[in-house]
Amino acid sequence: MSALTIDKVSMRFDLPNGGHVQALKDVSLELQSGELMSVLGPSGCGKTTLLNIVAGFLAPTDGQIVLNGHQVTGPDAERGMVFQQGALFEWMSVRDNVSFGPRMKGQKRAEYEGNVNHLLDVVGLKDFKEKAVYELSGGMQQRVALARCLANDPDVILMDEPLGALDALTREKMQGLVLKLWKETGKTIILITHSVEEALLLGERLLVMAPRPGRIHKEYRLPFADEGVGKDLREVKKNPEFGERREEILSMIWDMEEEIMGRTEEADA
Amino acid sequence: MTILIIYIVIFVASFFVVRFGVRKFRQMKDFTSLKTVTFGDESAVRPDRWASVISVVTVFLLWGAFTGSKWVPIHAPGPFIGETSFTYTLEGPDGATDDATVYARVFEVGQDVDPAEVDAGDGFAKNDSIAVGAWRSDLILMDRNDEVTRKDGAKVIAIDGQAVNPGDTVRVADGTVAITSKGSLNFAPAKGMQMEPIWLPPPEAVVARVGEIASEGYQNFTLWEHLYWSLFRVIVGFFFGALVGIPLGYAMGLSDWFRGWFDPIVEFMRPVPPLALIPLVIIWAGIGETGKIILLFLAALWIMTISARAGVSGVAISKVHAAYSLGASKWQLMRYVIMPNSLPEIFTGARVAMGVCWGTVVAAELVAAEKGAGMMIMVASRFQLTDIVIMGIILIGVIGYGIDILMRKAETWLVPWKGRV
Repeated sequence: MSALTIDKVSMRFDLPNGGHVQALKDVSLELQSGELMSVLGPSGCGKTTLLNIVAGFLAPTDGQIVLNGHQVTGPDAERGMVFQQGALFEWMSVRDNVSFGPRMKGQKRAEYEGNVNHLLDVVGLKDFKEKAVYELSGGMQQRVALARCLANDPDVILMDEPLGALDALTREKMQGLVLKLWKETGKTIILITHSVEEALLLGERLLVMAPRPGRIHKEYRLPFADEGVGKDLREVKKNPEFGERREEILSMIWDMEEEIMGRTEEADA
Repeated sequence: MTILIIYIVIFVASFFVVRFGVRKFRQMKDFTSLKTVTFGDESAVRPDRWASVISVVTVFLLWGAFTGSKWVPIHAPGPFIGETSFTYTLEGPDGATDDATVYARVFEVGQDVDPAEVDAGDGFAKNDSIAVGAWRSDLILMDRNDEVTRKDGAKVIAIDGQAVNPGDTVRVADGTVAITSKGSLNFAPAKGMQMEPIWLPPPEAVVARVGEIASEGYQNFTLWEHLYWSLFRVIVGFFFGALVGIPLGYAMGLSDWFRGWFDPIVEFMRPVPPLALIPLVIIWAGIGETGKIILLFLAALWIMTISARAGVSGVAISKVHAAYSLGASKWQLMRYVIMPNSLPEIFTGARVAMGVCWGTVVAAELVAAEKGAGMMIMVASRFQLTDIVIMGIILIGVIGYGIDILMRKAETWLVPWKGRV
């Protein structure tokens, strides 16, 4: 069953000077329920715009998003979002942040408490329930954000560079956690990243986007995410196929970046 | 000038005493004290509490020393008090000269003292006797009792042997003598370096006034009633300003129409100092409570509106998106995200507004009021009651400082995440 359909989505912004920017052009995509797709591309390729359209924060100028048979018209609890950073509510404890979704639905404490405690346990923050979020490290804050999103039990989880602001070690641990949560919960996940390695490790499907106008350049199906579940991710990286893919995608993105540079230089000349 | 020099000397001397004397016995080894680069590192500059204490003590010492306070052991030289005398030489129209002595009795102002009885002496110039208050001066018609007067063509040619002409001033034993253009003498006893109580009363006089006014009152109200009314006006005015300003600021932060409608009004009213509104408020509402509260309401309103608007505008879009994608409704977003997120800004605004209100109420009371701290010092100044004025200024300062400390405490208690995000 296709859970999420992105149907010929285009996005065009008008600029104040009369021109316009074609951020996305005819992007079409189908995601099956439970799939984990990572999205990669040079800056300005419209990946965050695409995510914001799926989340319902932006309305596309053309095309539509269909989730479970109905059209997306705005943000909703069925599509959870994990941001790069700064989206936690500082005035709430860790527990209140995680239970925010259920509380907004009007659930009583008795109804959600078990699940919230379980999720905090899974992300390893059992002992930090009553702490204020600003007392936690960056990695812990992102774990709170993950737990908060999962506590709401969304159908699709949208991640906008969720690990981008973390140091390398924390990042690797968090990548393992994302894989583990994906397998355990069976959620459909779209993950935007700047890191080719992260995209390869975490993407069951990997989408490479190209800029100007933002479009799908190439799509891969990869075995690494399944291999990596519950394992040391460094072992996966040693796989020669992993290395080949990495080089292939890196040079693809390099070419795109150089093309942009060239075009800018032409425009300047 | 002398006071400034003494102040600088104390500043420098206590620095060296504390740095090289006291400091050796209480050497700390915390993280900051181990920094080698401290000059230019603002975080390494922590107020030296010794300096703060010495600074406050110095102000009181100087105040006491230069007002002759009984609480301070050392004093600047005071005004001359006691018996003194000087001699003048009168020259008659015929060229003959004669000396006579002026006996001066200098007393503390407030006492009732008569000139001493003196022997007139011989010669055509006779001895005189006067009584002068300290810090005052006295015009001596020295030839009033002389056998040859100025009308006859006599004139004073020397004082204590120093030749003088009209318009000159000469030093004598305990003061100065000026000779006026008409030839009479003006004796001013030495003033010393202390301030006269009507300019600056000693600390004990101010403290005594606090006790007196606290129990007996001033201008029909006790001290506490004056202060209470000032505070009451501030709190009521601020309360209504916040009550209207915060929702208005939220509306301006959330709605295009409100933003457009109120932007010109707020931007125009914000730079108008509340003090400039006093005359208009008095015309409209008189000098009673209503006028004061309207003025303080207006002083607090714009500050609170702008801080609430800034608080709403300052919410990170990712927080709003997160709340919506977690299923929050508009009302829930308002209640659980926008309102708490704006609290730090609102508290900053409230601190500023309270400070402005306190300043404005004192100024408004200076202009016209029946009671209040500002009115108290204004009326006292008209009667030269400097001790009440100084007491009032100190109490106004203490209360203003107290308000700020309370607001800061409330801030750390209610918005502990401020500045830590």
